[in-house]
Amino acid sequence: MDLLNTSSSLTLPLAMFANVDPWIFAFSAITVVITVWMGFRSAKTSKTAGDFFVAGRSVSVGWNASAISGEYLSAASFMGIAGMVMAVGYDALWYPVCYACGYLFLLLFIAGPLRRFGAYTIPDFAEGRYDSPIFRKIAVVFVMFIGLFYTLPQMKGAGTTLAYIFPGLPYWVGVAVVGAVITLNVALGGMKGITLVQAMQYWMKMFAISVPVFVLMAVFGGYGKNLGANDGRTLAAAMNPVAEISAPAVAGAGTPAEVARHPLPAKAPSDEAWIAPFGPLTTKAAKAAGLSAEESKPLSLVYTYSLIIALVCGTAGLPHILVRFYTNPDGAAAKRTTMWVMILIGVFYVFPPVMGVIGRNLLPELYAATGAKGTDKIVLELPRIINERYGVWGSVLSGIACAGAFAAFMSTFSGLLVSMTSALAHDVYGRMLRPQSTPEQRMKMFKFAAIGIGGLSVLLGSQVEQLQINFMVGQAFAIAAASYFPLLFMSVWWRGMTMKGAATGMLSGGIAALICTTIINLGDLKIVDLAAFWAAHPLLRILCEQPAIWAVPLAIGLMIVVSKLTASQIPGNIRMKMLVLHAPEKLGLKQEYIQEQQSGMGH
Amino acid sequence: MSSSTPPSHDPVHSEAFLALLMRRQLKLSVACAAAFLVVLLGLPLANYFAPELMATRVAGFTLTWLILGVVFFPVVWVISFVFIKRSMGLEADEVRQIEKERQG
Repeated sequence: MDLLNTSSSLTLPLAMFANVDPWIFAFSAITVVITVWMGFRSAKTSKTAGDFFVAGRSVSVGWNASAISGEYLSAASFMGIAGMVMAVGYDALWYPVCYACGYLFLLLFIAGPLRRFGAYTIPDFAEGRYDSPIFRKIAVVFVMFIGLFYTLPQMKGAGTTLAYIFPGLPYWVGVAVVGAVITLNVALGGMKGITLVQAMQYWMKMFAISVPVFVLMAVFGGYGKNLGANDGRTLAAAMNPVAEISAPAVAGAGTPAEVARHPLPAKAPSDEAWIAPFGPLTTKAAKAAGLSAEESKPLSLVYTYSLIIALVCGTAGLPHILVRFYTNPDGAAAKRTTMWVMILIGVFYVFPPVMGVIGRNLLPELYAATGAKGTDKIVLELPRIINERYGVWGSVLSGIACAGAFAAFMSTFSGLLVSMTSALAHDVYGRMLRPQSTPEQRMKMFKFAAIGIGGLSVLLGSQVEQLQINFMVGQAFAIAAASYFPLLFMSVWWRGMTMKGAATGMLSGGIAALICTTIINLGDLKIVDLAAFWAAHPLLRILCEQPAIWAVPLAIGLMIVVSKLTASQIPGNIRMKMLVLHAPEKLGLKQEYIQEQQSGMGH
Repeated sequence: MSSSTPPSHDPVHSEAFLALLMRRQLKLSVACAAAFLVVLLGLPLANYFAPELMATRVAGFTLTWLILGVVFFPVVWVISFVFIKRSMGLEADEVRQIEKERQG
């Protein structure tokens, strides 16, 4: 009984421990200081526009793979996945798997050709491939939309983490503080500044998630053992909590079933729904409509497939990740980098679900809370239960986890800020508004843009406390999947594509996904009451919540149809462009194209 | 670029070379993607049509959790490794072919 009391007093209302845990604070502070210091230090070496936008195109495969992984593993990966696995179970596993394996599509179809083409940003590619300045504008708009959608969950991660470290601190203060620090950092250092920081942050995150997981597994039983506890004993446990709690697992105890489980609160999903496929996540719409289990299963299947398409295609269309491929020396390096990224993040993604599984058994109290106090903070909160047995070591582990969380949202937000800022400074200002501007003026613009977008991100981020981190990231993926992925895939592999075809497809798919996700968010934030409508149309809700299953084919289909209709407008030198995209660098075509472009564009 | 031949006569710029280049690379990419998609899209189907089998416990995991949460990653690494090896091989082959034609 003593165990139960201690744990709930530690985890329930934050106000109950007014003092900041020194260990947690120390580790978090170190992370922030190192990040900012490295940013400032490298600010001195970032001089040219190339340094700012693509880190001088001179980053080695090892560094670059670490940096891409560091940038990619966002608050959604570090905190959100564990929280979502805890909240909904098996269905959430699709997120980590597709986050990691989506890189395969990028590798197979896009990484090499895109790097060979030799542009600075995706809008550069869009303009170069179609000789169309208008298309650049369309592409820029989507950099901004996807970037902002992806920024929101990072801000939620920041608010949640700071509210955890400083109990009682309002959510929005955390958002504002972290947003300001990163904005300053990016404005000073640009892309070269953050490459090293992000590479280091990958290893920091890896350390910060794996060490607490290993310790927790050593103390409370392994992954399989904890998962094995979800075998339908929920009811028994709820009826007789003392019996369950009084038999805590001892480290290394032989019998696999003996994992101490705390009773689940009423809000938690049942064991059966949690561990089996087509659980609470994918059946939500059908449940709201009051459909039977049999009727909801096909709807779940649709949801699952749509989620898979959004995540896999979306990974291959994220602007802030794609821009990283331009920091590779050549196409071959871009491919090797992609493979290493898949290995680095794949290893990482095994860990967060373990946190979710153990969290379900040991910290089910979080099911009852919402917002910044709910399951999204399981990664931070869970290591503290070690305190019950080994004194202060749980706080140390929790501090390490907080440091990792800081690394997660700081690095991803930096990357997003760079890509959105590049889009404004390089594409909007440098190419559209003031083509005659000097590199100095553009770099100045880069700093202004960084501050503007940083401010906007903080403003929007303070509004999303009630949304799940991982779900918001999924929405950014769905928009990327329906806009950039079809554009890149078709532009690289089909010569018949015209600018009009590409623009129509990308705009239709992207805007369709954007509208759907906005409607869902307005409903979830209770700004518009859609509950009755969704209950009457469960399939519609699924297609709106996960639009990729129809938006991606819509985009590709429109690209083909419109391109066929405007076949006379295929860019004139298309064979040369295709050669640049596909021929090995050794044949020397890339240099030819870049010189030609540079003299033409005044770079 | 070899400086002796004007670009228009360089075999690199021939229609045949570009077609070969794209066809071979795309074929490889599609084959690798197909292997990936069979696993990725097959798992929900297996869960749908054989829920009992997929719920079999293996060392505490259900079969479906074990596949998605642990085994899936190495499978994808193998596919990407094979792709990169083959793709680099194709590129080397293309360079060899062009250099032979330029000399000949």
